[in-house]
Amino acid sequence: MPAAPANARFATSHEWILTGTEISPVGISEHAQVELGEVVYVELPEVGRQVKAGDSVAVVDSVKAASDIYSPASGEIVEVNQEITSNSSLVNEDPYGAGWLFKIKLADPSELGALLDETAYKALY
Amino acid sequence: MVPFAGWKMPVQYTGITEEHQAVRSGVGIFDISHMGQFLVSGSASMDWLNGLLTNGVHKLEEGQGQYTLMLNERGGVIDDLIVYRTGPEEWFLVVNASKIAEDREWMQARLVPDVALADESPAFAGMAVQGPQAVDVFGKALPGERMPSRNGVAMIARRNGGKCVICRTGYTGEDGFEFFCPATEGPEWWNTFVAAGARPCGLGARDTLRLEMGYPLNGNDLSPDRTPLEAGLGFFVDLEKGAFVGRTVLTEQKANGLPSKLTGVRVTEKGPPIRAHYAVFAGGAQIGELCSGGVAPSLGGAGIGMAYLPPDFATPGKVLEIDVRGRRFAAETVKKPFYRRPA
Repeated sequence: MPAAPANARFATSHEWILTGTEISPVGISEHAQVELGEVVYVELPEVGRQVKAGDSVAVVDSVKAASDIYSPASGEIVEVNQEITSNSSLVNEDPYGAGWLFKIKLADPSELGALLDETAYKALY
Repeated sequence: MVPFAGWKMPVQYTGITEEHQAVRSGVGIFDISHMGQFLVSGSASMDWLNGLLTNGVHKLEEGQGQYTLMLNERGGVIDDLIVYRTGPEEWFLVVNASKIAEDREWMQARLVPDVALADESPAFAGMAVQGPQAVDVFGKALPGERMPSRNGVAMIARRNGGKCVICRTGYTGEDGFEFFCPATEGPEWWNTFVAAGARPCGLGARDTLRLEMGYPLNGNDLSPDRTPLEAGLGFFVDLEKGAFVGRTVLTEQKANGLPSKLTGVRVTEKGPPIRAHYAVFAGGAQIGELCSGGVAPSLGGAGIGMAYLPPDFATPGKVLEIDVRGRRFAAETVKKPFYRRPA
């Protein structure tokens, strides 16, 4: 089971974001990809969109269900992972690496203090 | 685990697609203990059932079963079920979990002398063993027993007199059997079938398998407001056998035409999976909504679904669009079943 990078922080809605950088990649957790099962389609946000923490910004569709993905932080979407639009299984295979969803330019890095580290996140389930 | 008709049920054990493929190419096992079982008996039972169900139970020989529907006075579907003839005047009915109470009350309210109805649902555990290798599992798990023929039923008495019922039916489009045993023996039988080679499968695979076959799911594709003729189940309606609840409406529909037909829909461009309640458009106007939808693992992951559409759209090749979260994706009507087993 892949471990999250040490600087990943988690939202209770199962997204991760990397801390310590101005532009932070966001994805879904290992736990989330296991629960969702085989991802078959990912709907990504538009680059340039301004989002607030908690906004629904993407959809991950698995064989099982369509799941909303919420931004764990406020800021501007500056890049989306085009690779996963043609190869959505990357979200299952490498959720903390090649399966990232989008990158966000943080409006307020201090927001991330409210998120959980991996140990605290794993304690939720 | 998800709540389902008052039960906690697994959506998947290891993965929907793997479980789906196991049933198409090997053998899988589903826990169907949630389903309901009614026993009907008595000298007037045949006529009574014929008055409540759409198919003709008089056509059944002992040891045979048939798919049938129970309708309301408006011809709408209360439940779809399988009735097996287990004796000259004895019937075993398997009904949907979510409809056990409603079915029982509906039938009890219409009981006549010389008919006994017993809801035995809590007494039975059930499992469906499905797939081309189901026969092998049967042979290993039940040595010396004979598998009933297609749609057939057999009762076996075993283990301290506990009765088991074997039905050569299923909900996957593959060969297989449904097995009902005393509730306390459920785990033991489950382990027996798994040890004989059946792979545990959850609700997710049960849904993709039945959807590929175009089998309706009550609550999604069947409703108290749609008749079995609209649902494309005319084959299971016997209008010649005499009166039954809902018949008048069906006869009128047959004479005057159907207001809608449950139609197969398939996405024709790359896009997200389509799901129940997504709107269906044709020529810019909404003409219906999906009652079921999902990914078809045996069709390369194609998006398939079913919708009640105007009869003009009931033939294959009609161009449609499906609205997915505000974006429309090209689709077309297709013939059911969506999937056919390679010859």
